[in-house]
Amino acid sequence: MQSDSALRLVWIYPDLLSTYGDQGNVLVLEQRAQRRGIPVQTVHVRSADPVPEGGDIYLIGGGEDRPQILASERLRRDGGLHRAIARGAALLAVCAGYQIMGTTFGGEEGQPVDGIGLLDISSGRGQGRAVGELVGEADPALGIATLTGFENHMGVTRLGSGVRPLARTTVGTGNGDGTEGCYAGKIIGTYLHGPALARNPGLADLLLTWAIGAQLPPIDDTWFERLRQERLQAVLPR
Amino acid sequence: MTQLPLRAQLATALGRTAATLSRVTGRGDGSVIGGRISLVLEPDLLRQLAHDRKLALVSATNGKTTTTRLITSALQELGDVATNAFGANMPAGHVSALSSAKNAPYGVLEVDEKYLPEVIDTTGAGVVVLMNLSRDQMDRAGEIWLLAQKWRRALAGKNTHVIANADDPLVTWGASTAASVTWVSAGQPWKEDSWCCPECGGPIDRRGMDYVPPGTAGSGMVLSPVDDDWACRECTFRRPRPSWALDDDAVIDPRGQRWVLDIQLPGRANRANAVIALATAEAFGLPIERALPRLRQVKSVAGRYTTVERDGRHARLLLAKNPAGWLEAFDVLDPSLPVILSVNAQGPDGRDTSWLWDVDYRVLRGRPVYVAGERKLDLALRLDVAGVPFQLADSFAQALAAQRPGKVDVIANYTAFQQIRSEFGRAV
Repeated sequence: MQSDSALRLVWIYPDLLSTYGDQGNVLVLEQRAQRRGIPVQTVHVRSADPVPEGGDIYLIGGGEDRPQILASERLRRDGGLHRAIARGAALLAVCAGYQIMGTTFGGEEGQPVDGIGLLDISSGRGQGRAVGELVGEADPALGIATLTGFENHMGVTRLGSGVRPLARTTVGTGNGDGTEGCYAGKIIGTYLHGPALARNPGLADLLLTWAIGAQLPPIDDTWFERLRQERLQAVLPR
Repeated sequence: MTQLPLRAQLATALGRTAATLSRVTGRGDGSVIGGRISLVLEPDLLRQLAHDRKLALVSATNGKTTTTRLITSALQELGDVATNAFGANMPAGHVSALSSAKNAPYGVLEVDEKYLPEVIDTTGAGVVVLMNLSRDQMDRAGEIWLLAQKWRRALAGKNTHVIANADDPLVTWGASTAASVTWVSAGQPWKEDSWCCPECGGPIDRRGMDYVPPGTAGSGMVLSPVDDDWACRECTFRRPRPSWALDDDAVIDPRGQRWVLDIQLPGRANRANAVIALATAEAFGLPIERALPRLRQVKSVAGRYTTVERDGRHARLLLAKNPAGWLEAFDVLDPSLPVILSVNAQGPDGRDTSWLWDVDYRVLRGRPVYVAGERKLDLALRLDVAGVPFQLADSFAQALAAQRPGKVDVIANYTAFQQIRSEFGRAV
């Protein structure tokens, strides 16, 4: 952990990119750190303000086309997130926020819009909207359980050689080529929108482990596990 | 009212037959099926049925059904009013409502936000009422900036008079292409969807209030509406000066006179709905001293706020479908009572439960909380993370049976609410 005392979470642009439950990822990280006795300090960065460089884990969520374009422009102009990543901070980028991390994404009319280039991916608009439950088998190298969540997007994302897929989809669309999301270094991008970490506490712990640089003791996961089992049973073919 | 052409008469007659069949077979209240059959036979029917009537269309994310009911009650002071009282708020429901009250000179129609542009075009309504816009059922409802943009296009260049909530920046933006607007300060407790300017994307500043991060102390707080001014920091878009205002338990009318509302419907949101209804009534020429007594007679709307009873347990039913709605429902809760929460994720609810994470449940700490509904585990985890102790119930009936005899409050989302009503009585 880079900070003196507390784990520093930075939620980027909740005023632009927080369409549906994105706050859940912040709350889950806070809870899982605090239950292990790790103090947490959370900063919400409004889009008019600079992104601080000293955070440990950064989060950016989903949103509509116009706010997505505005957020991309501002992040590029601001440069704070780039400096934080260069310093070794971790990042969870969800849905519209995931697409922004690439080189390009599709705008309101499908036109290519510049991303901020933190991930070697490029996105465009797909034929139809992918809406529904998503299940994926995570990259074994990550050591986390099956991914479960809800997707709601029109994006198609091509992964470059500089990233690895986060998971292979078994239910749902994800990137559109049988994979879902991606990761590189300490950056995770995913189409599991909104509170992705509420359905995947393993992903939350992965981010915490990266930020702290040590293995975490187990905690009581009763409610996380019960929800996961119910959702997986509801959507997986028997 | 003018005679409908023969084909349209046949279409409405067939539609009414189907509606009756739907009701007697217990499939529904008949308002949608009847309208659908009519629309197939005569696509232009809505236009013809709306013709020559004085119409108000009511749209918002929350409070459509209640406000429609309040305006209807007020306008009944002037004459018969056609209305879709049961929330069938798409064109089929509008046809059904207007055809079942053919001779009513007035019409008050609740309109789904997405259908509003089409219904404005078709009906040529003279009055449009816009209350609030916030995130709602994103898996099927779409995006609200885009929605407000479509409202702007639909209102531009028409002779429509709009009644709009000036405290909601997105509604203000959506309404401000209209030829004339009555601005109402109806408040906006839920602000998470309007911290950015819809015109230019710049930050919106609110007087007496710095940006309040969601989920922190102070988010969702209600300021005194007369102070709740807002303006974009980067362009000229700002709150228009309202001529009506909700001021705590009273309304301030355009003459500056203060009237205590004293309505029976509970909560801040319903006082806001009442102020909007009074402003709308005045646009129809009905003065506040005649409209307000009518609003005070409304006790419950389509089952909302009614109490169901079993074995001495009296459960008051509150409907909340999205984060802004839950915030308003919390305001209505009796803090001394236990509360049962029931959440489903069927089609009409939205199949995605992510929105639960936008609701700040911490206000429920310290009172007994019971969790039921088809997606009770989503809610259970949400409450666990919020540090709100709760008990999981197999069903609403079981949660109710677990109460001591006496009163309990219930908040449920759409299909969960309907399930409770059909199991415990549909009395309105």
